[in-house]
Amino acid sequence: MEPEDRVIVAIAGLNALIGALDRDGYRVLGPTVRDGVIACGDISGVDELPAGWSDEQDGGRYRLTRSGAETIFGFTSGAQAWKRFLHPPRQRLWRATRDGDRVRVHAEPAPDERFAFIGVRACDLHAIAIQDRVLTEGAYPDPFYTARRKELFIVAVNCARAGGTCFCTSMGTGPAATSGFDIALTELPGEGGSSFVAQAGSPRGAALLRDVADRPATAEECAAAEAIVARTAASMGRAMPDHDLRALLLDNPDHPRWDDVADRCLTCGNCTMVCPTCFCTTTEDSADLSGTESTRTQRWESCFTMDFSYIHGGSVRASSRARYRQWMTHKLATWIDQFGTSGCVGCGRCITWCPVGIDITEEVAAIAQG
Amino acid sequence: MTPTPRKPRLAVWKFASCDGCQLSLLDCEDELLDIAAAIDIAYFPEAARGVIRGRYDLSLVEGSVTTAHDAERIRDIRARSRVLVTIGACATAGGIQALRNFADVRDYAAAVYPDPAHIDTLATSTPIADHVPVDFELRGCPVSKRQLVETIAAHLAGRRPVVPAHSVCIECKLRGLTCVMVARGTPCLGPVTQAGCGAICPAHDRGCYGCFGPMETPNAAALAERARELGLGQDELRRAFRSFNAAAPAFREESERHDDQNDQG
Ligand code: SF4
Ligand code: SF4
Ligand code: SF4
Ligand code: SF4
Repeated sequence: MEPEDRVIVAIAGLNALIGALDRDGYRVLGPTVRDGVIACGDISGVDELPAGWSDEQDGGRYRLTRSGAETIFGFTSGAQAWKRFLHPPRQRLWRATRDGDRVRVHAEPAPDERFAFIGVRACDLHAIAIQDRVLTEGAYPDPFYTARRKELFIVAVNCARAGGTCFCTSMGTGPAATSGFDIALTELPGEGGSSFVAQAGSPRGAALLRDVADRPATAEECAAAEAIVARTAASMGRAMPDHDLRALLLDNPDHPRWDDVADRCLTCGNCTMVCPTCFCTTTEDSADLSGTESTRTQRWESCFTMDFSYIHGGSVRASSRARYRQWMTHKLATWIDQFGTSGCVGCGRCITWCPVGIDITEEVAAIAQG
Repeated sequence: MTPTPRKPRLAVWKFASCDGCQLSLLDCEDELLDIAAAIDIAYFPEAARGVIRGRYDLSLVEGSVTTAHDAERIRDIRARSRVLVTIGACATAGGIQALRNFADVRDYAAAVYPDPAHIDTLATSTPIADHVPVDFELRGCPVSKRQLVETIAAHLAGRRPVVPAHSVCIECKLRGLTCVMVARGTPCLGPVTQAGCGAICPAHDRGCYGCFGPMETPNAAALAERARELGLGQDELRRAFRSFNAAAPAFREESERHDDQNDQG
């Protein structure tokens, strides 16, 4: 994008943007401080964003910290991925009711909620694009995801800091937002509070920006914004080893490292729950005691459970070794065969939120060592 | 006119326990009327007086086996029951009273009763499944109302109950809770404990106590190692695994690793 397309939006302008989205009927979601973490929730103005907050992240460790600056987006990967809203943990698929001998099936209507996400990072933009491929393309698109996705408005934020478990640079997914947004912001800290260098990524975004921008950005401001993102790119907490990961993992199904990680892995499933691209679900049926109404619900599932690979006679992946290998091989290798890209965007959540701090980059490095 | 089909008969049986799990059923006020409409509650000492002899379609068994008489009685109940479901940590793992399995029960009896000679008890508290075949186990101390109703509803409909054996962590993440272990450094048994409670403790900013017993493939040793890094000492580690589900094999083995003679740390 050319510098002349960039504009300056003040904090008041960001507030006006949130208000405009709200008036347009969007449910506006953004980062908020909640239960000791930064997680996405409903917001109605900039006041609710985590100004002055930052985070420290490492394997199995997350701490909220004061950043010492009044920047609004001075933290890194949030505790939850945006899939929580687009592809929620539980989704009713249909209901059936019985009236005498007649059974009626009631299809679940398509959701009519329109989301606006504020503060989506580059890794998560890529994750949304990956879930788009999985859930909206092919022979069986997910109608619920597809409906929510179609209405989605995205305000991206370029990262001003890399987290301790981030490795988007080595996955080619960040830290700069390059596509998949309606508006992208880079926060410029300033004496009288932050301002944002903003660019539009869609006609909808451009129209809204025209209403809330102060003025065109100067060449210096554009250069400052680029320098911030370049500094972030150079300070990643982790790096994925530079390898043909697909070949590496498919060639090493019997590497001793799988036994080693199986000793440490709890098969708890946290990594798949927090991963912004993991899409697997199962279905659960429930019925009332009188047998007159039943419901089928889709819920997030994880390849770390025994049910996941259960077929007649037992689970195919009974050992922790097989299950960890499935997770990592799917993310980094077979995903490419299935959907054309890696299934990992380097957000680092699986490392931070693993209770025992198992690190996907470290496991790959160990296998790559031979 | 076709005769109305006989309603299935439900029985609830009590062994060594605190009655908490039976009370979970009584606590299902909204559902209880439906349950009573759908099934014939044949033996339920907490809810009704009448004792019906004969055969039962579904027996819910609460409590563990701690006396020779109980060991006999459960065989009789099994013989009378088409489907037998054990409910709660006592019935599925021996309960808190299985702490006696790690000590000499005579010492406990002497500490509690003025005249311990009258106490006729076995040296161990054992789960029902150690004595008779069990069709389904419902975990928890106490069991979850939701899972209890689900188990009865599934039985009535002839389908498998939705009672997953995966970790509490999955429930915790489905609810969108903050992980207390990662964000606060609070040790939590959630990763090795079976789901079902709805991750109540993490929702209140506490670590999981393991009320639902070991999950399907628990790696208690790896979790204990992490808890040690977070500051738990040997006694705390032993006690963490030696509570309501002390005698469940995965938890028993882990607590024994932290007995004085075995502790490596
Ligand atoms: S595998 Fe880990 S680092 Fe990669 S996208 Fe998933 S959670 Fe993020
Ligand atoms: S890693 Fe596991 S849970 Fe995630 S998408 Fe692949 S199979 Fe599904
Ligand atoms: S890698 Fe970590 S988060 Fe994933 S299942 Fe194993 S212990 Fe749980
Ligand atoms: S708080 Fe406990 S149950 Fe929840 S994810 Fe963390 S370790 Fe698992």
